[in-house]
Amino acid sequence: MATKNQTKITAEPGKQEVIITREFDAPRELVFKAFTDPKLVAQWLGPRELKIRIEKFEPRSGGSYRYIHTDPGGNEYGFHGVVHDVTAPERVIQTFEFEGLPEKGHVVLDTAKFEVLPGDRTRLTVQSVFQSVADRDGMVMAGMERGVVDSHNRLDELFEQGLIK
Amino acid sequence: MFQAIADPTRREIINLVAYQSLNLNSIAEKFDVSRPAISQHIKILRECGLIIIKKQGRERYCEAKLQPLNEVSDWVEKYRAVWEHRFDRIDGILDQLKAKRKKQGRKK
Repeated sequence: MATKNQTKITAEPGKQEVIITREFDAPRELVFKAFTDPKLVAQWLGPRELKIRIEKFEPRSGGSYRYIHTDPGGNEYGFHGVVHDVTAPERVIQTFEFEGLPEKGHVVLDTAKFEVLPGDRTRLTVQSVFQSVADRDGMVMAGMERGVVDSHNRLDELFEQGLIK
Repeated sequence: MFQAIADPTRREIINLVAYQSLNLNSIAEKFDVSRPAISQHIKILRECGLIIIKKQGRERYCEAKLQPLNEVSDWVEKYRAVWEHRFDRIDGILDQLKAKRKKQGRKK
């Protein structure tokens, strides 16, 4: 049984950023591909009970993206942003906005870095910078609350099916 | 709670009274929105326990109760759950990509 790679999250109180680090047992080009190929992204982004529709996905400098989650009741949750810079296969910088917030203009700046590790492994670091601490703490919840409950169910399911080793 | 703090005006009200208790007028003065609207926001904040109202003489002062916000720091754990879920799925995708690559490697 392989040890699962740990997800490390750093969110210091009073700071307006969150940093996520995770290693993958795959070479960098493949991890980069999983993050930039829309067909692959559609397979992992978003909770299971929500259908994901990728309206636009242009992983290149100056590109933009928008995707929509639809719940069984037909409610839609949109997310969009612009791509500031893509340096394959090492870095993607883009903005992110959840369209379901009561007010427009709460934007997050995401920088994803893909580092080569020995043994054909890769370390991913995603830094998300929010406009304020309140945005970080409140907004993450507004966008995540729904997905979280589901992700537990989904994980249970994957365990049951033996898909997670 | 999350709805309470998802609203920017309400977040600002919490920030204001986090440092000092203020009466309704002093809070309303800091915003461009109407006083009834501010009252409504305060009512919502009060209902979820983020603000308590204390009477001092004829004035009513709003005081922040930040304890419930600690629960919100659980967002880190929820954030982690969301990302772990995504990463687990990505692991699966990477396994497929690696298998495909191996197959192609053999063909060559």
